[in-house]
Parts: sequence; structure tokens; C-alpha cells
Amino acid sequence: MRIKSTLENYIFVLPAVLIFSIFYIIPFIWVFQLGMYEWDGILPTKTFVGLANFKEILFADKIWWHSMLNAGYITMIALVFQNAIAFLLAWACDREIRMKNFYRVIFFIPPVLSEVVVGLVWQWILDGNYGLLNSWLTALHLPQLTRNWLSDPQTALTAVSIVHCWKGFGWGFLIFLAGLQTIPRELYEAARVDGANAWQSFKNITVPLMIPVAVTVGILTVLGTMQAFVLIIAMTGGGPAYHTQVPVLRILASMRGSSRFGYACAQGITFGVILVAISFVQYRFSKKAKA
Amino acid sequence: MLFKKLTCALCLVSCALFYIGCAGKAPSSSSITVWHWMTDRQQAFDELAKRYEKQTGIKVNFELYAPSDAYSQKVRAAAQGQTLPDIFGILGEKRDFSSFIKAGHVLDLTSYMDENQGQWRKKLFAKALAINEYNEGNSYGIKPGVYGVPIDVMTIEMVYNKDLFKELGLNPNRPPQTFAEFIDIGKKIKAANKQGLVSGWGEVWMIDCLANNYAFNIMGKDKVIATIKGEVPYTDPDWIKVLTLFKEMEDSGVLANGLVTMVNKTAEQLFANGKAVFAFNGSWCVNVYNGMNPKLNYAAMLPPKASDKFPMTIWGGAGSSFLVNGRSPRAKEAVKFLQWLTDNDQQAYLAENTRNLPSNKESLKKIPEVLAQFADDVEFTTHPNVWGVSEFPAVIEALDKGIQSIIIKERTPEQVASEVQKIKERELAKKR
Repeated sequence: MRIKSTLENYIFVLPAVLIFSIFYIIPFIWVFQLGMYEWDGILPTKTFVGLANFKEILFADKIWWHSMLNAGYITMIALVFQNAIAFLLAWACDREIRMKNFYRVIFFIPPVLSEVVVGLVWQWILDGNYGLLNSWLTALHLPQLTRNWLSDPQTALTAVSIVHCWKGFGWGFLIFLAGLQTIPRELYEAARVDGANAWQSFKNITVPLMIPVAVTVGILTVLGTMQAFVLIIAMTGGGPAYHTQVPVLRILASMRGSSRFGYACAQGITFGVILVAISFVQYRFSKKAKA
Repeated sequence: MLFKKLTCALCLVSCALFYIGCAGKAPSSSSITVWHWMTDRQQAFDELAKRYEKQTGIKVNFELYAPSDAYSQKVRAAAQGQTLPDIFGILGEKRDFSSFIKAGHVLDLTSYMDENQGQWRKKLFAKALAINEYNEGNSYGIKPGVYGVPIDVMTIEMVYNKDLFKELGLNPNRPPQTFAEFIDIGKKIKAANKQGLVSGWGEVWMIDCLANNYAFNIMGKDKVIATIKGEVPYTDPDWIKVLTLFKEMEDSGVLANGLVTMVNKTAEQLFANGKAVFAFNGSWCVNVYNGMNPKLNYAAMLPPKASDKFPMTIWGGAGSSFLVNGRSPRAKEAVKFLQWLTDNDQQAYLAENTRNLPSNKESLKKIPEVLAQFADDVEFTTHPNVWGVSEFPAVIEALDKGIQSIIIKERTPEQVASEVQKIKERELAKKR
């Protein structure tokens, strides 16, 4: 009877295990295995190269590490500005302000828009010749500030980062808002009775209780931003030169441009390991901060 | 009990559906499937398919997969899974084409080309056919022969806006012949606060194309090939001269602002709307410009030559080619369809309706004037796919990105040449 019951249980979880294995575990093992081959993605034969692809990524591929730095820069901007804006807006919407439901909808519009569409619209806004931003700057008698925002190596990466923040802050806003709404109102009332002002309430109630939420938002921001590429393709294509190249674009370049599927798989694995390591460090750090 | 039975039944149905979903379509003997990426030609292809079905009873399904990047991935995935259609095209370099042939995905068409005293071969532009051809002793190790059928011909060169030429006080019927003249026009463009040359240089292959045009003009084909073979370094003075041309173009103001991140679609919009004096584009642009602005007054021209030592050579040849799946049970029918598709009437129909140069020489009569100018320049064309050797993709990328760095004044031509050579040596060492 017990065996029958156990078997039944296994049968129930079997579809989920099968789907997870077919679509996640087996491809992961396959990608890792392919990372040890030199293969163009077409020929039936592959050449085993051991860990040579990984060695090349770690010690010889300067552009890869440059793209990691670029992604790191975008992520830092997102972590600081995108999340700060998201938190402040969530905090404002959590208070009794007029039309707060309207703002909630408005702030969540950018994340639901297609990245390609957003990229193209911002490309048009930031265009050096006919862009809206330069037109506004000229109208404001600030022509000295006009430039080719996306083709100038000084501004391209920052411009892309800002657009990425604009596109992504809505997610953080939503999660922060949900987090703020879980804080019991009684705590604020008690603090007020005890004579705490708004800043003290914010510092001693809101901030500590929001740390777990901030950690989640932070990890999601790092993972999402490090893997950003659609917006970048639409806005700059990774240029000028290598100024807006990011790791996923390099993986695509290895697959499509160089037809090095094995190398692209090795890049994917390396990138995955780096992301897991960053998330782990972030998690440990936040645990310490919470303690 | 009923719940358990229902759950079991659901599991079984799911498994069956999963299996059915993974299975391929059953082939039909009276239909041919063609995969392509040419959004602008789908309507014309569908019309031709209808005509073919009427004539032969064989249904042809033209399946469009766009954009071209997505199409490329689909074809590769289908090749890996051996689910390629009867007819397909490859978007890639000769190296990729060779891999498809080696893997048995492409039918050797030589015997079909040569039957009836080479009737089919004779109809097609030799330069277009050459792109799908492998010669004796080719470096890819492919059996000599023809492996693809060009359905159109393209050339990549410059076009200029005649009205803007007039505004700049230039003769609209005399485009610049030399690089010095081109640079002088650049200065006028800058002074008039207009945009000069636009192109899809954000998609780096178009920079590579112009750089190669000038490399052929300055050092000749043999030296370019010798560079690819690793016998001449990229630090050679001739290569530095080629790279310096881009610096001169930028300094003169002949290049439009933001060119280094410009995609070809944007470049086409700017030129079609009369906002740029020059464009560097392929002959397909005639159809694109016509769609965007039918009144655009422009003409085609060869890139102005930088040297008298060698002729100016542009990229061209087959625009799009179709290949027959070597494993298709309907390979013979597919070949017959391609013979029909490249016949005079069908090619004339395609040329007229899609404004692309036909691959059939006898169908050139009904093409627009500008397209005829592109057609006239077919004799000046070459293509990396006919050189017999391929440059390493990493080197091509370094050269293209290096030129972008020159344009944004981040690197000098000498620095770029040295960086490209380093990558070349690294790739050569890896190959050894």
C-alpha cells in the first residue's frame, strides 16, 4: 500500500520533473558540454578543446571583460538611481496623495512596453541630428550642450544606462510599494505618539523593514541589468566601437558573427557563474547588513 | 478514483500532445516549401507560386521568416535538427556555406547547370553564380561545383541626391570621381550645415565593405588576398592608407553625424527624405527609396577612387540565393522550380515588382533608370565569397570597430592597424 502511494506521488511529480529536466537541466548540461568544443553550429563534427574556450575567455578575451565592465556600469547606475527613484516614488504613492492610483498605473507603463520600441523611441529622442533632446536644448538657448548622445563615446553608455533605468524602475516601484504596504500602520502611529518626526519614522521603521525587499529588488536589478541587451541593440548596436558592448551581445557575436557556438556556450556558462557569484555576495552582504 | 483516472488521462494526453508537437510535418509529394527572409518580395513570390501551381499542379509555399537574424538562427537550428525545407537560403559567409555543404544540407547543382549545353548557367550573371560556386583547389575542401541559384543580383555602391547637389552649387550630373573631389564636397556640406554620407555603419559589415573597396583600389586584389592569407600585415602602409581615408572623410565633414551607430534603415530614411547628400547602400535601396519617397531625385555612383593604381572595385554579385536541400525527397522538383523561377518571364516579373536586379541577364529590359546604373556597375564587382579564402571573423570585427574608433577620433589609423594585426596573429597562431 505504501509502495503504491509512493509510486503515485512520483507519478504526480513526474510531468514537472520531466519538463524541468528537458527544458532546464539537460540544456544546461549540453551547453556546458558544448563549451568544451570548437563547433560552428552547422557541421555534424565537433572538435574537443577541453577548457581552452574558458581559458580564452578568462585570459585573452579583452573585449569580453570590457563588456562586463560596461554591464557593471549600467548595473551600478540602475542599482543606485533606478532603485532610489523606484523607492521614492513607491514611498510617495504609499502616502495619502491625490491620484495615487493613476500614478501607480503610469509608473508601470515603461516596463510593459517592448524593449525594441522603447529603444527606437529613445534613439529618436537622443538622435544627434534631429533628436528631441537636442531640439529642446537649442530652444532653451543651451546649444553648447547638444551632441550625438548615442554616437559620442563620452555619453553613449550613460545614455543607454539612463534609458534602461527609465524602462526598468517600474518593477522596483511595484515591489517596493507592495513591501511598504505590508508595514503595519500601528508602528507609525505608535512612533508619532512617542514624538517621532517623519524622518525618524522613516529611518527607524520604514528603512529597516524594507531591507529584505530592497535585497530582492537589488538582486533582481543586478540579474536583469547584467543581462540587458535588446534595448542596447535597438539604440546603439553595441557601438560606437565597443563602448556599449555588453556580455550578452558578445555571446551573440560569437554565435552569429564568428560562428563559434562552443565559445559562445563557454561565455554563457562563465557569465552565469559570475551572476550567481554576484547574487550570492549580495545576499550575504545584505544578511550581514540586516543583522 | 475518478480524479486519479482523470489525472492519468490528462498526463497521457499531455505526453501525446508533446510528442505530436515535436514531430515534423508529413511531407507532401505535390508541394515544395521555400524558406526565405525577404519581406519585400513575399507578395511577388506568392504570385509566382500561384502561377507555378497553375502550370504544373505543384504547390509552392514561400514561408517568410524575418528579420534576417531570426531567419539565420532558424536555418541553423533546422540544419542541426535536419528539418530544413526543400529550398532555403543562407545568410552568412562562404565559411558557413561550406559547412552546410559539408554537412550534406546542400545539393550539388552542377549537373543541372550544365545540362542542355549549360542553358541554365548561360542565362545567369556569371558574377552572381560565382558566389555559389566552388573552384578546383578551394581552401574550404568542397568538391568543385555550383551549389546555389542566385535569384537576384546586387551591387553595393554610393548614391547621391541630385537636388542637394544643385543646392550646394554642384553639377547634379557629375558625381565626384576622385577621393579629393569627394573630400572637397565634404567641406561644402559642412559649410552648408547639411548631412553628408549616411549608411548602416552601426551594422559593421557595411564599413568592412567600403574599406575593402578602397583596399582593392589602393593595393589591388592580390595584396588583399595575401593579407587574408597572413602574408601581408595589416600594418602595411597601404592598409594604413585605407584606414586614413576614413579619418579624412570624418575630418572633412563628408560623414553624417552619428554614422557609427546608424542602422541602415535609419540611413535609408534620411537619404530618402532628402536629409543626406550621399548614401552607401546596396542596389536593393532602389525599392526601399521608392517605397519611402517615389519623387526622390538621385543617381548611383562608384565610390570616388583614392588611387589610380588599381580600378575601383565594389562588392556585388548574387544578392539572394536559393539552395536545394540535399536531403529533400523532392530535390528534383525543387531544382525544376528554381529553373522556372530564374527563367526570363519570372525574373522580369520579380525585377519589375521588387525593383531588384534580376539574376537572369535577359530580364534586364524592364528595370528603372537608377537600377540600370547599378546594373552597369556589375562589371566592377567582387565579393568575399569568390576570393577563395575568408578572413577570421575576429579580424573583420576588429577592423570594423577600429574604423569606428577612427571616426570617433579615439584611435589613429596606425593604432587600429596594429591592433588588427595583433588579433590576426592571435587567430593565425590558434589555427596553427
